[in-house]
Amino acid sequence: MSNYQAVGLTREEYMKIIDYIGREPNLLELNMYGVMWSEHCSYKHSRPLFKHFPTSGEKVLQGPGENAGIVDIGDNLAIVMKIESHNHPSAIEPYQGAATGVGGIIRDIFAMGARPIALLNSLRFGEIEKYDRVKYLLEGVVEGIAGYGNCIGIPTVGGEVYFNKSYNGNPLVNAMCVGVIEHDKIHRGNASGVGNSIMYVGAATGRDGIGGASFASVELTEESEEKRSAVQVGDPFMEKLLLEACLELLDTGSIIGIQDLGAAGLTSACCETATRGEGGMEIDVLKVPRREKGMLPVEVMISESQERMLVIVEKGREEEVEKIVEKWGLHAVVIGKVTDNGRLVVKEGDGIVADLPAESLDSSGAPKYYRDYEIPDYYREAKKFRPEDITEPKNYNDTLTSLLKSPNIASKEWIYRQYDHMVRTNTVIKPGSDAAVLRIRGTKKAIALTTDCNSRYCYLDPREGSKIAVLEAARNIICSGGRPLAITDGLNFGNPEKPDRYWQFRESIIGISEACRELDTPVISGNVSFYNETDTQAIYPTPIIGMVGVIDDVEKTCSMDFKAVGDIILQIGETKPEIGGSEYLSAIHNMETGEIPFVNIAREIKAHKAILESIDRGLLESAHDISEGGIAVGLAECCMGKGIGARVNLETSLRSDFELFSESQSRFLVAIKPENLQKVIDIFTEFKVPFKPVGETSGDSLNININNKEIINLPITKMEALWRGAIECLIQ
Amino acid sequence: MKFGIVVFPGSNCDIDCYHALRDSLNQDVDYIWHDTEGLKEYDCIILPGGFSYGDYLRCGAVAPFSKVMDEIRVHAEKGKLLVGICNGFQILTEMGLLPGALVRNKNLKFICNTVPLKVENIDTPFTNRCDLGQVINIPIAHGEGNYVVEKDELAKMKENRQILFTYQENPNGSVLDIAGICNEGKNVLGMMPHPERACEELLGNREGRLVFESIISFLEGGWKSE
Repeated sequence: MSNYQAVGLTREEYMKIIDYIGREPNLLELNMYGVMWSEHCSYKHSRPLFKHFPTSGEKVLQGPGENAGIVDIGDNLAIVMKIESHNHPSAIEPYQGAATGVGGIIRDIFAMGARPIALLNSLRFGEIEKYDRVKYLLEGVVEGIAGYGNCIGIPTVGGEVYFNKSYNGNPLVNAMCVGVIEHDKIHRGNASGVGNSIMYVGAATGRDGIGGASFASVELTEESEEKRSAVQVGDPFMEKLLLEACLELLDTGSIIGIQDLGAAGLTSACCETATRGEGGMEIDVLKVPRREKGMLPVEVMISESQERMLVIVEKGREEEVEKIVEKWGLHAVVIGKVTDNGRLVVKEGDGIVADLPAESLDSSGAPKYYRDYEIPDYYREAKKFRPEDITEPKNYNDTLTSLLKSPNIASKEWIYRQYDHMVRTNTVIKPGSDAAVLRIRGTKKAIALTTDCNSRYCYLDPREGSKIAVLEAARNIICSGGRPLAITDGLNFGNPEKPDRYWQFRESIIGISEACRELDTPVISGNVSFYNETDTQAIYPTPIIGMVGVIDDVEKTCSMDFKAVGDIILQIGETKPEIGGSEYLSAIHNMETGEIPFVNIAREIKAHKAILESIDRGLLESAHDISEGGIAVGLAECCMGKGIGARVNLETSLRSDFELFSESQSRFLVAIKPENLQKVIDIFTEFKVPFKPVGETSGDSLNININNKEIINLPITKMEALWRGAIECLIQ
Repeated sequence: MKFGIVVFPGSNCDIDCYHALRDSLNQDVDYIWHDTEGLKEYDCIILPGGFSYGDYLRCGAVAPFSKVMDEIRVHAEKGKLLVGICNGFQILTEMGLLPGALVRNKNLKFICNTVPLKVENIDTPFTNRCDLGQVINIPIAHGEGNYVVEKDELAKMKENRQILFTYQENPNGSVLDIAGICNEGKNVLGMMPHPERACEELLGNREGRLVFESIISFLEGGWKSE
């Protein structure tokens, strides 16, 4: 193997380096290019498609390209957010892989100057019923997320977990962090001002996580286990000290720029801050605090040791910085200075060991690839599925309980119980409803947060499925009383060098872009994780949408559980025989095929407006969107929160299973006090949104009639025991 | 009347206690940084929840060696009120101000949930506003809340009515379902549940106020020990 192959580069890329620097790179330089031009850091396959995304808007204060995106929520306040994947590390070492994923995303948020206030996550695992390894991964990942988030004291308020065979060899762990900031405190990762000092703050550099970015940029293989040393080890206590120290530093006005040391470590932090500052930088690796003796410059430059930050400090104010950092029991050392020659110069003492144009390392200098794409056969095959061909269940009580027990629909309480979701006492709506709601202390405002993606849809139709992912997120925000503001996307795909995977990616980006444009929720940050495949299969395309919405009055929120008996239940939207790609088809008939449900965004937005107005006027007792498992599961979920039953009659011309389990889009269930019914009807009529009364809340069982014939009759306690206990049962 | 909340570098619930006392209960309250020398006079000091020093060794094992802790011990020895919540409870057992120890939850998992607690003794500065046997719902959030104590000590605690709160549905394996205890002098409280998380309607639960209202009532002289 040649030198460049050993660092994951192609011959063409190697030639491009020679073009840039006019000579052969030395080993250190080559390694720096290797990590920076890895897919993980350079986005070389994905960046050309990002032009589709809407990234600006009157509320966007910072779009993609920084450590995190920022969106305005008024009153001089803004929300900072980003999602990031840690898939490959978690596949090898679930606890540390997940924990350091959380640690990394928290640093991205406070690097902007914001105080992190919430964590969310989105997880995908293989068939938990079948494989002990999947159980091991789930337990490890959940403990890792809990271990880090709980210790640092940031509540984990939301998330989603799905199981599917496509993740058997390659789980997904995406962590999202949300922070709050005052407009005038926003900081960016800039190294500007010649002579200003580059200071290193936080944990010492060790040999852990060497080459992590490159490891994340190839497919997982049998040998991946041997790359355990590419997985970092997290120290949440150290990160808490770092967080507090950095926020205090930023208040002094002595800080020009700040950047976390994440993927590709010092190399990436130096060249990114230098490029953004349009200058250069000179650092000395001997000044970098080290955990081990005898480390080579290349190890120092590409180590991904955790809990480290690079701070660019106004010349002459270094002591002030040292003092604050020491108060938190940490050290700050000057490792270099800002220059103006556009070069990243690495010294070891007096000798220069690397001298490169900073921009050439950065994503702006990295190669960009437009790959060929082709529509895979399965896409056309799936559309041939005829729902009429499946046999109708005989006993609907059994069908509904089977669905409630299926791991994708079952309560995720076993998971979120392990996360401290209440610390900091701002969590107004806790995990388990459609979106989490956090108040913004000192104001009347609150924010609603969610992560969503139905990857089965995205597999069967990446473009439409990705639109639905955005809309699903919006529905969850709306049902909580929030106005959708912006998204961050975690794009998890297979190997982009394969034309069918690249097609999935491209379609997905176009779908997300279209939905975000219509909803006016720009993409303000995100992450791409490719090569999520093993030698046998790729994951389903999984573009996770993390969305934030704002609630102007924290008293006006809504949650999904029925609140009292005697309320009228309205179904918003229309049910069509859309069974393709449904949870019903998968869990009951063991088929993942068909045409996924159709969605009309413009029409759905009217429903959003009507629901928001109803919540705003205090007319809704509960609101819940109808998603996986159709109206039957949707009703059960509303019942199980507070143990309040419902009597429902559905007038329909559809087959009973289609009526109950169809996943037709743009549908909601809302409960209304009888005295408010007419007002709500007026609102929905005015917005021209289809609705129909389907029943009322009552008693302690769920009774569903179809055309006045009873078809489901289940005590809530029975449903709830199965639904709540299913995941724990599968683990044990 | 003045409350003080000790802040270790890894405290997480310091802010929650501060807001509960200041905003929900209108009390005068200070933060006390862990390396403070010359502690001011406080009527009640709170050791809040969190991970004081990362707690990698053993929960609360390092905190007793913090600079401020000698003076906190003196404060308690004078008979003044000292409350340890969650990590604070762990620290108080490490300091020997409360008997027993807190070990890993029986299921070996961190548990965050709101759980029903039974009030076992109302003749204390911390529970005098409760009814005997009253059930209050208070959040828990811990990985090491499984209370263990030697047999003889436990008998003594029962004799002295030092068990203040018990779990209705034991979540962590604690002996005798113990959720909160006090010392013999009844001026030091340790409890795993977080009353500061249940002090306002917006968060859906005000039942934690009873603990703080009891303390305030005691300090105002509205309640005297028998």
